[in-house]
Amino acid sequence: MNTIAPVFEDAEKGSSLWHDAWLRLRKNKLALFGGSVLLFMVVVALLTPWIAPYSYEAQNLDLGASPPSAAHWLGTDIFGRDVLTQIMYGGRISLAVGFIATAVALLIGVTWGAVAGYVGGRVDAVMMRLVDILYALPFMIFIVLLMVVFGRNILLLFLAIGAVEWLTMARIMRSQVQSLRQQEFVEAAVSVGLSPAAIIHKHVVPNALGPIIVYTTLTIPSVMLLEAFLSFLGLGIQPPATSWGLLISYGAETMEEYPWLLIFPGCALTLTLFSLNFLGDGLRDALDVRGSKD
Amino acid sequence: MLRFMFIRILQALPVIFVVITATFFLVRSAPGGPFDQEKVVIPEVKKALEAQYRLDLPLHEQYFAYLGDLAQGDLGPSFKYPGRSVNEILFAGLPVTAELGLYALIIALCIGVTAGVFASLRPNTAQDYVPMSLAMIGICMPSFLLGPLLVLVFGIWLDWLPITGWGDIPGDKILPAVTLGSAYAAYIARLSRAGMLEILSQDYIRTARAKGLSEWRVVTQHALRGGLIPVIAFLGPAFAGLLAGSFVVETIFQIPGLGRFYVQAAFNRDYTMILGTTVFLSSLIVFFNLVSDIIAAWLNPRLRHQFQGGGS
Amino acid sequence: MTLLSVDNLSVSFVTRNGTNKAVDNVSFSVEERQITAIIGESGSGKSVSCYAMLGLVPSPPGRIDGGTALFQGQDLLALSEAKLRAIRGRDIAMIFQDPMTCLNPFMKIGDQLIEPLTLHKGLAKGPAREQAMALLDEVGIRDPQAAMSAFPHEFSGGMRQRVMIAMALINEPKLLIADEPTTALDVTIQAQILKLIAELQTKRDIGVLFISHDLAVVSDIADQIVVMEKGKVVESGQPKAIFDSPQHPYTQKLLAAIPSGQKAGDTVAPDPLIRIENLRTWFTPTGGADPVKAVDDVSLEIHRGEVLGLVGESGSGKSTLGRSILRLVPITDGKIAFEGTELSSLEGRSLKQFRHRMQMIFQDPYASLNPRMTVYDTLAEPLLLHGLVNKAGLDEAIRELMDNVGLARGFVRKYPHEFSGGQRQRIAIGRALATRPEFIVADEPVSALDVTIQAQILDLLAELTKEYGLTMLFISHDLAVIRQIADRIAVMYHGKLVEEGSTAQVFETPQQDYTRSLLAAIPGADAA
Repeated sequence: MNTIAPVFEDAEKGSSLWHDAWLRLRKNKLALFGGSVLLFMVVVALLTPWIAPYSYEAQNLDLGASPPSAAHWLGTDIFGRDVLTQIMYGGRISLAVGFIATAVALLIGVTWGAVAGYVGGRVDAVMMRLVDILYALPFMIFIVLLMVVFGRNILLLFLAIGAVEWLTMARIMRSQVQSLRQQEFVEAAVSVGLSPAAIIHKHVVPNALGPIIVYTTLTIPSVMLLEAFLSFLGLGIQPPATSWGLLISYGAETMEEYPWLLIFPGCALTLTLFSLNFLGDGLRDALDVRGSKD
Repeated sequence: MLRFMFIRILQALPVIFVVITATFFLVRSAPGGPFDQEKVVIPEVKKALEAQYRLDLPLHEQYFAYLGDLAQGDLGPSFKYPGRSVNEILFAGLPVTAELGLYALIIALCIGVTAGVFASLRPNTAQDYVPMSLAMIGICMPSFLLGPLLVLVFGIWLDWLPITGWGDIPGDKILPAVTLGSAYAAYIARLSRAGMLEILSQDYIRTARAKGLSEWRVVTQHALRGGLIPVIAFLGPAFAGLLAGSFVVETIFQIPGLGRFYVQAAFNRDYTMILGTTVFLSSLIVFFNLVSDIIAAWLNPRLRHQFQGGGS
Repeated sequence: MTLLSVDNLSVSFVTRNGTNKAVDNVSFSVEERQITAIIGESGSGKSVSCYAMLGLVPSPPGRIDGGTALFQGQDLLALSEAKLRAIRGRDIAMIFQDPMTCLNPFMKIGDQLIEPLTLHKGLAKGPAREQAMALLDEVGIRDPQAAMSAFPHEFSGGMRQRVMIAMALINEPKLLIADEPTTALDVTIQAQILKLIAELQTKRDIGVLFISHDLAVVSDIADQIVVMEKGKVVESGQPKAIFDSPQHPYTQKLLAAIPSGQKAGDTVAPDPLIRIENLRTWFTPTGGADPVKAVDDVSLEIHRGEVLGLVGESGSGKSTLGRSILRLVPITDGKIAFEGTELSSLEGRSLKQFRHRMQMIFQDPYASLNPRMTVYDTLAEPLLLHGLVNKAGLDEAIRELMDNVGLARGFVRKYPHEFSGGQRQRIAIGRALATRPEFIVADEPVSALDVTIQAQILDLLAELTKEYGLTMLFISHDLAVIRQIADRIAVMYHGKLVEEGSTAQVFETPQQDYTRSLLAAIPGADAA
């Protein structure tokens, strides 16, 4: 399909805005650091069943809790279980909740916001009224309620968290779509004669992606914090599964005698959240500028 | 302005109503009642108890009866602590939580605004990176991690500050307030930095400089007004978050506040307690959001003007 | 007596993309009680030179490389920040381009006005307010008392600029620097403000440094003109000399770019391609307030093959009229007939069939192009959509379009942000021509462009209309531009059509007062 060749042989390749953004991102050391750490965490989480030093259930009651040593790099808990292994398995859950719940929120929020923003009028008014009411509800209280009342079901956990986060996503998408709709190049597309579907597909969505990507990257840490919070209160992930939140709550209980049980899971969580936030901030800076205006 | 306030208040009422209704039916639809966890109770006694607490009525009748009580400000008796009403327990715990929240908010505002504004004056330099990285830590370290760590360092290893209680030993309010406030300090720092950066790039700041104003006056007289509006608008959601955060902090530091009662009530299926606390807290949050919105709108002369219906 | 003398000033900007010499060895002067105008297009360094003198250029990216700026015996560039601050707002005052954004929206007008007084002269609030009100009166604000407690957004652009002028003059400075003070204002308001500045200058014996991109505007009031291009001064002298015998090629280019002359009206047989009857486009804001009558009962004919110039100030409804014809905004009432077919009732598929016969060119060339589509994509879209070419002929068709609008073929895979404003507008024109329309609405197509580029694009449009026999509705606020390109003119004011006629008629024998005031406001009528 090399039709460009004959007529436009010496045409230079242009530098798209995505390309410019990538170049800008590459220069941001913090964002790169964050991205690498995140990648590392994800890879470790995926490979955990194969690379964890000990099996998840392996206990060593004789040993009990012990500080970091050659055999157990991060120490052991009161059942003699290897802390590093615990953190790795906990990470799988925490990261999974983070990504999946965010994906759910993304899907619902983006669709809702895009429809409301593009269609406008009464449909928009109704859709956003619903968002406003839900937004005003003190969700923290409801989530606690939900979790207690309906039991500690991991699926429900995802749904509950997703239900909180999709609202802001919808608002952002809607305001993006609304402002894009008024842009002259969209008007131009209308005057050329494109159908609304084609306009959304070719003109609106590609230009709305930027803030959506940024916000998604920044939602994941929010979600992970929420999961950790619920697990800490005993309402989230339940044993025998584990998450960083659970590990931290156990660690807090015995922190005087065995501080490593608190510190290491805490580091894992904080480091991951740091990375996500740096990456998100970096993306925001990189994608923000629309290129020189002249 | 009054009209605006009135409309917002009207908008808030359905929300509270939805909260009450949803909570009521949610709680009741859960399996298990408040008395199921007790030791085995003789059926007749159980029936009498249920009658006393209106549990033998059909659900919708219970609902309307409850609404009636609510209208009179009566949140009902506690199931778990016979002889004490929800109102009593709530108002015992409220001052504690309120005080904790207030201190946390003050810490958050002072540290956050100072750091954020300071950072915004010299963006992309050390003056910017240092405060903002510290702020990032506040955001990335949840209170249930920070709290125990602070306790570990300052309470146990250094033994500078007490680690439990509230008002019993001097200084025991410091760690909880700092723990609760630090995440918000971080958010407020970021918000004020962003707000200030936005304002400082505006043309009218250049006008102020062209008039010969010192940088200090430019920032305080001209920039702060607009730059801090996002922070004011954030106060509403911040309050809601502080309340939620208090659950954790009160648990860690053994503080007898509302948050701790709420979590316990939830576990104990103490219906009226759960319902009462939820309704109360939700109303507070809605109220705070309302006040925050109104203040933010009032601070923006364009909006203020619009709502006064005046204009030339 | 020389008030300000700038010698060999050089300013650079150091960014991560390299160092840019914004001002290169620039010298100019302002005499007491005289107006010196600095003329240049964007990027010429005219504003930066003045900002640098007052220390208003942010120091990390900006850097003063050398030169002196002598004001009352002191070199401004060598002064400490504290000393410079004392001079700013007291001895040298500045007014800026956009009155909308240059006043603090959160502070009352009165509070902002008295600041220079309380700061520099140590006056107490009471006497300061007295003086402020007196000055408001002097600049023509009707109710100074009420104005003091008002907020900026309550005023129109022209009034805000008056407030800015008052704020600048309140300390009785010796030198006033005005950075494009009228560029953002409507034509009639522009004339008023220019008059005000000239009056105040004589009355108060101050020197004025007037920065602009518009030679015509300054020709009326300047005693001396300095022309800058790409950071250098290319020519300077008295207005008469500059206009009569410009030496430097750039000056000549600038002069040539001033829209002049009148289009020799082609004898176009009046054959109405578009007929508009009692068109109403009203916008009703949610909340049931009074509707905004953007287009209010307008009836008009546009003849095949002609260029109809639609002129009006902001808020006149001219853009809305253009968009209404193209069905880009919903019409409230009335008829629009295109070659006999009633457009207002068409929908969906049938409307689409008409779309390729009428196209639009927008004002802001950057906003009207999808930043994520290459030139190829943008031009291909309409071609493919209306089935005008198949895949095989696409390249050829695009090549032809690019040649027609003067775009080098090598640019075909580049993105909008890689082009200059003029080039972007060419792309937009190419897109409009792609479907071989019969009718084009050009909505202020050159208003956002630099003067020299304006001339190029205007020529291009004139050429294309002739070559393809296009009918065009050319919307603009600039009568001089319209005069050059339009066969007939229609004048709009507050949504209504107030006058209509051939270009010659409207310019020589205007019927309505409003038209007369518009004509009177055209700058540069006195010079040349």
